[in-house]
Amino acid sequence: MAPDVDLAARPGRGPSGLEAVRARAPWAFRWEGGLALIVVIIGIIGTVASPDFLTSNNLFNLGLSNGEIAIMALPMTLIIISGEIDLSVSSTLGMASCLLGFLWARGWPMIAIFVVIAIVGLAAGALNGLLVTRLGLPSLAVTIGTLTLYAGIALILLGPNTVSNFPSAYTNLGVNAVPFTGNAITYSTAIFVVLALIIGVVLHATPVGRAIFAMGASPEAALFAGIRVKRIKTILFMVSGLVCSFAGVLYTFRLSTAVSNNGVGLELDVVAIVLVGGISIFGGQGSIPGVVLGVLAFAGIQNALLLTNFNQEASGVVAGGLLLLSVFGRNAASYASRLRAWVPALRRQTEGPADGQAAAGGQP
Amino acid sequence: MTATLLRREPPETPAETSSRRLAERVFRIRESGIVVVLALFVAVTAGVQHRFVSDSNIQFVLVNTTIYALLAFGETMVVISRNVDLSVGSVLGMSAYLSASLFGEHRGIPIPVVFLVGLGIGLGWGLVNGLVVAAGRVPSLVVTLASLYIIRGVNILIVGGGMVTANTLPGSFTGIPKDTVVGIPDLAIAVAVVIAAGAYYLRSYRSGRELYAIGSNPEAARLAGIPTGKRVLFAFAVSGAIAGVAGVLWAAQYGTVDSTAGTSYELTVITAVVVGGVAIFGGSGSVVGAALGALLLSTINSALYVLGISDFWDQAIFGFLLLLAITIDRIISVRLTAALRLRSTHRGT
Repeated sequence: MAPDVDLAARPGRGPSGLEAVRARAPWAFRWEGGLALIVVIIGIIGTVASPDFLTSNNLFNLGLSNGEIAIMALPMTLIIISGEIDLSVSSTLGMASCLLGFLWARGWPMIAIFVVIAIVGLAAGALNGLLVTRLGLPSLAVTIGTLTLYAGIALILLGPNTVSNFPSAYTNLGVNAVPFTGNAITYSTAIFVVLALIIGVVLHATPVGRAIFAMGASPEAALFAGIRVKRIKTILFMVSGLVCSFAGVLYTFRLSTAVSNNGVGLELDVVAIVLVGGISIFGGQGSIPGVVLGVLAFAGIQNALLLTNFNQEASGVVAGGLLLLSVFGRNAASYASRLRAWVPALRRQTEGPADGQAAAGGQP
Repeated sequence: MTATLLRREPPETPAETSSRRLAERVFRIRESGIVVVLALFVAVTAGVQHRFVSDSNIQFVLVNTTIYALLAFGETMVVISRNVDLSVGSVLGMSAYLSASLFGEHRGIPIPVVFLVGLGIGLGWGLVNGLVVAAGRVPSLVVTLASLYIIRGVNILIVGGGMVTANTLPGSFTGIPKDTVVGIPDLAIAVAVVIAAGAYYLRSYRSGRELYAIGSNPEAARLAGIPTGKRVLFAFAVSGAIAGVAGVLWAAQYGTVDSTAGTSYELTVITAVVVGGVAIFGGSGSVVGAALGALLLSTINSALYVLGISDFWDQAIFGFLLLLAITIDRIISVRLTAALRLRSTHRGT
């Protein structure tokens, strides 16, 4: 389960055996490689423990219960790599959900509602982005503020009411499988895959993607290199607002309910997935394949817990634990060197080659 | 932030003294600004609805403020050191349930013991947070976001569907928030004393000043020989311990405690702290300001109720205030930096 196993174990073992492994299988020492191993292990354990684990039905349920979180993790990845954070994702989802219910209850046509939700989502993201980039405010403070503000707007829109008379043509999108996929792929999974491909290409194969890594690694250097740091960050926040508000639409259709507390607390899951996926909280490092693996690991563990009758309301313990483990894992190399500085017996041990995960992001 | 200046600096040139005075004056204005806003707000609301300034409503607002003001005190210490503690709401919830359930499990348990248990629970979690942040060198945002959900989750596992009801609590316990001296709740006086002591500590004690130094520039503070890890650990321990005590008070005030007690309090507390003039990026602000921020928020909450506006507006208003406060602070500090730069160029220093 712990993505840091291979890294954390490094200082304790003798250099020879470990170096041999490293020479033969260098990919295992990249964050993504270790994570892929863990995902496979989760898959094997799940399959051994329950014959239902790798069935299309269970895959469908996995997609159903994690789709929106996974979708929101993609723009969050871009924002964290660029050196910022967006804690308002869950309340943007909630606000869009309530807006959908509010306008539907007033007889608006669904297409018009979608347009309004797109505009509101973009505006919500733009507010975050402009406060962060134009006023130079810390994104943590800004998005804690908008986390409260957007959740507050959701409350104002619906109050204690619930809207649940959505037409089945739409709610089916939330609970049915995409045709011709053998009932394994939900619409949210399909959207996630498409978005992951698009964002992956943008991040890893375009100048904009390199610019995002550059500004996360060093904002000043990026600025002097001629990168429009403020503009790109604002656009990233707007993308996040747009994606999260449509995640809110999916969420509402899946549950067939718009209620003011929709999405409360999902920001933890989103941040946990992104950090488990090997994105550095300090920006400038990470990859989309890592985040996809992070989604699989997260969903797999949640699913395994479901099979063990773990109290679902307490699942924050797991998400929180994963979050802590992943940040500890990233720091493992620095703990190792500090330990070596403290314990004389370990001082003889040579420093290992540069950490694999550093290559994952890289500077242009 | 420029407002933080250590007391044990070498003798200053006249230019430095005057810029320090300017900085201090501006930030005093920032704090008195809240008082003015608060006064205006009370005056307008009272003008519309006289009931707002009745004894019982004032008492209600004061008691309501105490828990937030206490939490804001602890949060301020953490925020000044350029960290953040998002777990206060969860710590409060766990302490509220576990301490209140003691009355049912051990008949006649002395109330101070219950407070000590609450304090201990909070201190424990605060130490965990602080150790992970200070020794693990992990950003406090990530640590406390994780512990916010971990503590809440553990609490849910402990409580399950259970609940402590008011009839299992002794009258002397639930009476704590109701006792008054000349119309002022005892609790409000006690909290005011605690906050005054905290303000004195942060202002005048070396270790208190060092928290500001750490928040202004962690690296410089470390190089100056300040034990940054120890101080940050201490700030988190205080924040946790206070949240633990606040949990016991929460139980006394509301009587009925289930696993959701204190949910999303962290947002209100951070709003109070930031509205109260504590810079979210550390190094400046005071616990008195934070307490005033808490008072302002609960006044707004009460005013909405008295004016007949749905309290569903609360959260949006708080979020807006938070954004407004950080925006104003930013503008002030940009202006201040510009003014100080102008002075120093004039004086040729």
